[in-house]
Amino acid sequence: MKKMLAKTLTIAAIVTMGITAQAADTIKVGVLHSLSGTMAISETTLKDTVLMLIEEQNKKGGVLGKKLEPVVVDPASNWPLFAEKMRGLLTKDKVDVTFGCWTSVSRKSVLPVLEELNGILFYPVQYEGEESSKNVFYTGAAPNQQAIPAVNYLMNEIGVKRWVLAGTDYVYPRTTNKILKAYLIAKGVKESDIMINYTPFGHSDWQSIVSNIKKFGSTGKKTAVVSTINGDANVPFYKELGNQGISAENIPVVAFSVGEEELSGLDTKPLVGHLAAWNYFQSVEDDINSEFIASWKKFIKNDKRVTNDPMEATYIGFNMWVKAVEKAGTTDSDAVIDAMVGVSVPNLTGGLATMMPNHHLTKPVLIGEIQENGQFETVWETPDTVVGDAWSDFLPGSKDLISDWRKPLECGNYNVKTGKCSGQNY
Amino acid sequence: MKTNISLVQQILQKDKGGKIVLLMLFFVVVFVAISNLLIPKDSFFYISTYTVTLLGKYLAFALLALALDLVWGFIGILSLGHGAFFALGGYSMGMYLMRQIGDRGVYGNAELPDFMVFMNLKELPWFWCGFDNFFFAAFMIAFVPALLAFIFGWLAFRSRVTGVYLSIITQALTYALMLAFFRNDMGFGGNNGLTDFKDILGFDLQSDGTRISLLVLSFLALLGGYIVSKYIINSRLGRVCIAIRDTESRVRFLGYKVEQYKLFIFVVSAILAGIAGALYVPQVGIINPSVFSPMFSIELVIWVAIGGRGTLYGAIIGAFIVNYASTYFTSALPEVWLYALGGLFVIVTLFLPKGAVGFIKKLNLKKYTEVSNASS
Amino acid sequence: MKTIFIKIILLNLLLITSVFSGKFENDIKPLLKNSFKTKEVVINQVSQKYSENDKLQTLLQALMKGDLFYTKQDKTFVVLYKKEGKIYYTKSLETQKQLEPMNKKMFKKVKTNNRLRSTIREKLAELNLFSKDRDIRYNSAKNMLKHVSQNSSVLVQKALKIEKDSKVLSVLNEINTIINVKFGTDKQEAIVKLGDYLSPQSLQALKEIYASSEDKELKELARLSIASINRSKDFYAFVEKAFFGLSLGSILLLAAIGLAITFGVMKVINMAHGEMMMLGAYTVYALQKSMPNLIEYSVIIAIPVAFLVSGIIGIIIERLVIRHLYGRPLETLLATFGISLILQQMVRSIFSPLNQEVKTPQWMSGALEINSALSLTYNRLYIIIFALLVFAGILLVLNKTSLGLKVRAVTQNRKMAQAMGIKTGLIDALTFGIGSGIAGIAGVALSQLTNVGPNLGQAYIVDSFMVVVFGGVGNLWGTLIGAITLGEINKFIEPVAGAVLAKVIILVFIILFIQKRPRGLFAQKGRDAED
Repeated sequence: MKKMLAKTLTIAAIVTMGITAQAADTIKVGVLHSLSGTMAISETTLKDTVLMLIEEQNKKGGVLGKKLEPVVVDPASNWPLFAEKMRGLLTKDKVDVTFGCWTSVSRKSVLPVLEELNGILFYPVQYEGEESSKNVFYTGAAPNQQAIPAVNYLMNEIGVKRWVLAGTDYVYPRTTNKILKAYLIAKGVKESDIMINYTPFGHSDWQSIVSNIKKFGSTGKKTAVVSTINGDANVPFYKELGNQGISAENIPVVAFSVGEEELSGLDTKPLVGHLAAWNYFQSVEDDINSEFIASWKKFIKNDKRVTNDPMEATYIGFNMWVKAVEKAGTTDSDAVIDAMVGVSVPNLTGGLATMMPNHHLTKPVLIGEIQENGQFETVWETPDTVVGDAWSDFLPGSKDLISDWRKPLECGNYNVKTGKCSGQNY
Repeated sequence: MKTNISLVQQILQKDKGGKIVLLMLFFVVVFVAISNLLIPKDSFFYISTYTVTLLGKYLAFALLALALDLVWGFIGILSLGHGAFFALGGYSMGMYLMRQIGDRGVYGNAELPDFMVFMNLKELPWFWCGFDNFFFAAFMIAFVPALLAFIFGWLAFRSRVTGVYLSIITQALTYALMLAFFRNDMGFGGNNGLTDFKDILGFDLQSDGTRISLLVLSFLALLGGYIVSKYIINSRLGRVCIAIRDTESRVRFLGYKVEQYKLFIFVVSAILAGIAGALYVPQVGIINPSVFSPMFSIELVIWVAIGGRGTLYGAIIGAFIVNYASTYFTSALPEVWLYALGGLFVIVTLFLPKGAVGFIKKLNLKKYTEVSNASS
Repeated sequence: MKTIFIKIILLNLLLITSVFSGKFENDIKPLLKNSFKTKEVVINQVSQKYSENDKLQTLLQALMKGDLFYTKQDKTFVVLYKKEGKIYYTKSLETQKQLEPMNKKMFKKVKTNNRLRSTIREKLAELNLFSKDRDIRYNSAKNMLKHVSQNSSVLVQKALKIEKDSKVLSVLNEINTIINVKFGTDKQEAIVKLGDYLSPQSLQALKEIYASSEDKELKELARLSIASINRSKDFYAFVEKAFFGLSLGSILLLAAIGLAITFGVMKVINMAHGEMMMLGAYTVYALQKSMPNLIEYSVIIAIPVAFLVSGIIGIIIERLVIRHLYGRPLETLLATFGISLILQQMVRSIFSPLNQEVKTPQWMSGALEINSALSLTYNRLYIIIFALLVFAGILLVLNKTSLGLKVRAVTQNRKMAQAMGIKTGLIDALTFGIGSGIAGIAGVALSQLTNVGPNLGQAYIVDSFMVVVFGGVGNLWGTLIGAITLGEINKFIEPVAGAVLAKVIILVFIILFIQKRPRGLFAQKGRDAED
């Protein structure tokens, strides 16, 4: 028995030793993007983008005289694993900043960990808003930087009177559609002229829904589809649209989740003329952009690879972080978070991106039409950049909320009516 | 108290493997608890909270694997939907934790969790009522999985759905639940699931003390689950179960009501899975419908198969091996992880039909025979 | 809104004055501007003024295709006709002469948006109503139908007189009837006649009459006509739904036939079945990549190739792994699940985790138009036929060939078959190969409908198992009936319950159905049925 005890004790010790960590002296940059599972399709690209940016920064001499060292982990499209990996990055690998997440649920999953351990996350994807955390910088578009301008374009330039809001059944489409519905009704659109439809993830049989859209659009009023359909379901959706004879001229579809990368997996012929709203297109003619595209193609060693909006958001986020660290003179979280607000870096479309006090960016909004070569042609853009709005004015729950992380308010969801700051974890 | 201990001793008497595994876990848990709470943070021996939550997760998974081994290893039901019971237990716990947030949500609404405010619900759906009470939630953690297992098992076993068919309809069950829970209209938070928990029974979920308590609780639950399962197996009922596993029709012809035995074990297993889920959620911090996915349930079967089916402690070993490997590979060699997992599945089924436990036994056997050969 | 109108009117005045300056090239100068509204006004102007001018057609067509450019230097319009890398070959719009090929940086594109293109298409339709090509005339007429105005009347009358083709005539007649309903003198007759047409425009015209007319008799006639249209529409909607169901069923059938063989006949729970489909789909991709000139035939060529690729990989898997696991179906489940993970990751490593682009051949795009209310998409139509052919083929192989006889013999009584001199190992490998090969073929079909990516297989694996179990394991007819039943039920529930609930309901239905018939729709009987 004693022998057994000793044996088990040593094994136990070894096991626990194995899981504990060691320290290091470079600046560590966490990369938390799924490399396997369903989200690998989109997220692998962003991992490579961060690696490229780190490589380039190191060539320039790193940050604060130290080299950057990427720590890549694979949360495998598994949401609880995101939280676990985030904790591992912060406590075991001791990273100073993390670039990561794509889906809202992965962000929600890591949020408590970030706030507990006071880490920094740069989140590079367009999302539903309704969030502002001290520890997260949202470098993708909020709904008012994508959805609302797109609807305005359709309403004013195309003369759309009837609206189909089609989306995958999760938070981003639900919120966006809710905001859009409130917005459209405020603009005088009748409720009977709005059709809302939700489908599950990876929905592949669009026959009935497309046929319904066709019927909905055959009343003589100009109809458009506002699509928040998520990645994988788009290909069968557009194919069905094309086959059932719905062209962009009859019923244009404006999408918020279809970018250059999604198009590269698609036969674009039937899609020509359909729209997408983003803050960046690869086709934008700008010197920094062509430089970025060239270095991306070189880094990934493939001339066919494209760039897209979340990559630009990663690019902006990375450069902002570098600038903020240099401004603060340290990688310490609190100092960097304070230094972030107000930092401006050039974006890839010839303008400036500035970090606002609500941890969102200023962004231009571009509407593009899909071309046969899988690129977008910008048909409209906002004259100025738009400030990202964390809390939508069109939702009853959030219209009284504001976010300002500067002193003295220092609150992500301050209710101007009750004067309370709720939902903070510290 | 003394009789209790002797009962436990009696149950574990001939179970050397079980004793080793549980003792080892006991030492690990104690070691981790002490190093995390008592040793200063900058010491070399300090064990981070990361390790604590990781270990807690493994323990919850081990309990789940144990539950599956009870039905698969001892009565021959290969459930490809055990993730569903785990998830239901987890959701019950999650609902309690959501209600504990109160007005600390982002919208500051005391009545409704954030996702309901955002879904424009005006009042709490009826099935959320009562979940602000811990004891009600604790009851539901066992009751909901048990009820589902009872209804499903009653229907399936009565009409003698067996073998492959049963496996596939359990898969259909968890798949259907997954699709349903993904719907935002269901009132369970859709794809985002339940998250942003603050505290449990008034204890802050982010404090080290609470985490260690949960870790210890998970271990105790695993221990309890093990003893209960072992007790059932050692009883007369357990022998009938094993007989059913080996030749169902013969037992039936002997006059046993096979359905009732199956139903009983299935329900017990579902309850254990539910408890595992309830322990998993506060330690991981999120529950989302992907736990219902058929893939998770199949992976779970692999834990048991790798550890060694039909030994109970083998299931625990399997859960630890695969999950530790997963944690390691997804950090160290992310691209290799699926190859490794896939290869593990194939190798174990081909070369280690009795899993790691069978392998170790075989090694020991060889050693003994070698020793005895040498001495003679 | 009002200010916009005023702006447009002002713009119009401006343009009208410039029109008097009198030259086509001058009139289209405003196209250089960025505003789409300006461009639209210009196009409306010039197409009225220069309807006899050949250049108008060239201009509109170039705009339509996005081939209209102007030189940055002297702002003259050119039409692009050939691209070679960065070199553009252009013709001058004014002189129609070829110009020196120049770097694309020298040009700027005249951008269009889809509203503008729709206007251009309308204008082109009027120009093309008298084209020699029947299809162009038909499409023009269809386009005119979309925007019926009083102005089109003369044109339509003229076309009606010379048109011979019945399809084009029918559309022209419909336009004419709508014009009569809206602006004509004998409205009654036109209203009655319009009740026979099904297009949304006809219905719209009738609804307008019904809503606005003060003549009671007219109103009543319109009501009757609307009711008649709605009746036929309901009927066609039903047919359409049935077609959708059949189409979904045929996809399920394709996905499940292979499984019906590996699972139903050989009792191997092949979780890697979905990945066999994925390999088939990737075969199409690889073929299209290696033979970019044969896109039209790629899908046809891919069928045998995909069968071989998936089949051979299936045989390898059978020989290496499954062979050792016969009689232990649950173990095959675990091993093949492992294989499926490996195959998925392999595809990720080789082709990247991104979805790949698979082109749809021309003959598979578009729809077969039965009438304005019902059109059946070609890809679905072909896939239905294809699924049935595959089904018939496999039935033939199993029931009428010596291979099929041996397969049945081995699966029914292995020892006896061995005693009769059948090489059971070979037959096992071939059967599994056929099952996997058919999955590969299914993948070819799926590549035309959905994403070609590493996750393709997973999306269909649960569904295909449901079909086989529902239909009855070991019975191919059961698989056929099962697939089509599930497809139809799904499509008839979907409009009522939504896509997700429809699926949930089906799964619950299968679970309950299995309680009632534990061996599926067509249960195997006899001693062989007990496992």
